[in-house]
Amino acid sequence: MSESRVLLRTVELRKEFPIRGRAPMVAVDDVSLQLRAGETLAVVGESGSGKTTLARMMLGLLTPTSGRVEVNGRDLSRLPAAELRGLRRDLQVVLQDPFSSMNPRMRVVDIVAEPLVTHEPQLRGRGGRADRERQVAELLTAVGLDADVASRYPHEFSGGQRQRISIARALALRPEVIVLDEPTSALDVSVQAQVLDLLSALQAEFHLSYVFVSHNLAVVRKLADRVAVMRHGAVVESGPVATVFDHPSDPYTQALLDAVLEPDPRRARRRRTVDVA
Amino acid sequence: MSAPILTVEDLRVDFALPGRTVHAVRGVSFEVRAGRTLAIVGESGSGKSATASSVLRLNPEPPASYPSGLIVYEGRDLLRLPEREMRDIRGDQIAMVFQDPMSSLNPVRRIGAQIAEVLHRHRGGRASQYHDDVLAALEAAGIDDPQRRADQYPHELSGGLRQRAMIAMALVAGPRLLIADEPTTALDVTVQAQILDVLADLQAERQMALLLITHDLGVVANMADDVLVMRAGEVVEQGDVLSILTDPQHPYTQQLLAATPRLREETPA
Repeated sequence: MSESRVLLRTVELRKEFPIRGRAPMVAVDDVSLQLRAGETLAVVGESGSGKTTLARMMLGLLTPTSGRVEVNGRDLSRLPAAELRGLRRDLQVVLQDPFSSMNPRMRVVDIVAEPLVTHEPQLRGRGGRADRERQVAELLTAVGLDADVASRYPHEFSGGQRQRISIARALALRPEVIVLDEPTSALDVSVQAQVLDLLSALQAEFHLSYVFVSHNLAVVRKLADRVAVMRHGAVVESGPVATVFDHPSDPYTQALLDAVLEPDPRRARRRRTVDVA
Repeated sequence: MSAPILTVEDLRVDFALPGRTVHAVRGVSFEVRAGRTLAIVGESGSGKSATASSVLRLNPEPPASYPSGLIVYEGRDLLRLPEREMRDIRGDQIAMVFQDPMSSLNPVRRIGAQIAEVLHRHRGGRASQYHDDVLAALEAAGIDDPQRRADQYPHELSGGLRQRAMIAMALVAGPRLLIADEPTTALDVTVQAQILDVLADLQAERQMALLLITHDLGVVANMADDVLVMRAGEVVEQGDVLSILTDPQHPYTQQLLAATPRLREETPA
């Protein structure tokens, strides 16, 4: 894994939000991280830790106050608009809420095809229709949906199915990197397990690298290779998941790990009345 | 073992929607005892919340109706109690804590006044005479500097503090049964751990019965004495927490457990 090339790198990335009459709020505090090809880098933290702001800067959706985001060695914020558009093809996103992240008046075929239409002129309009629909059908099949759901609307689907549609849309341009911002937090556990399995399978099939933003340490353990723990905008600790979780060096990481409730009453962190037979 | 505080027998809850009827709860039976915690666990659509809100008759009727069932509290069937008598029980003998404190607290009234209102409603007198009870309740819910918090409005508090304020409000009248519906789902893990500790401590001190509604088997493992697993309105399995979570018999319970990600590798204790 250490031999693979660095796809995405943040270098002393910083974001401040001005607050009238006060010192600016530092949402992301000089964060330097690397994502290597084929790996999953998890960014974990509680609310307000800056993990989503960091993700938005990685996607080029938010301009850093200082520092930079490099994708394949190129500084995202210094690229001319045309090149930035090209680079965005390689960088896709899946958001937490599958209910607010798609237009309710668009059919699935148009939702999944939207990145194709944006980036590939030959797929637009009537002339591109057959090719577009073929690609959408392949994408829907890849995420475990029937190709014939293409003509339906988002409200006809469950949360888990919608998240599969979001993933199909993110895959449409065959990106190298997908930023997953709490992709399973709104789902039931059994559905979450299926979506996590799907993400693992797609990673192998399409040689994807993931930035996985999550508050759920158990999910991170299942999916990620490396993890960065954020608090108050800064990375307090980062490294391979097994190292960070089994031998945390920062007290905050330890506190986070201690707070996780395992589904095993024999190892409950507090038990008052358990009748051990 | 103590006598049950609440007995639910063959509860069925229907919701009449335009053109169809949803059978949300299809024959659920359980007991909750003093000093013990029963967790009802299930995924969305399992009927766990509809079951919980039936105990206090919080489902608007219509569309909700109860085609069968008994909810027995102190020898009375709550399903057949007039609304006037139900109001005397709610918040006084049986209290409830919800997932989202912001939607349960009044945004334009100070925290202290809202808590005093509970006692004023049930004990009469003037709200101001309950000042000390309010501070004691906030303190019991683990709030530092209760005087200051009592004078604040809900929006001035963090999510964790709001949830503590709601627990204070639920417990100020000294209920015998507390129903907590996903009380920590909206909270960060470190805050969740603190709130669960507060609930568990208060329950032990007061020998309250706790009915805990959750989707999270981690919460169940850490809080429950007894567990009832629901799916699609039905009970698939119930028993003590150790047997349900370490030796589940029903395939659905096994599947839920297998789907729950773990931080540490599974090893026998």
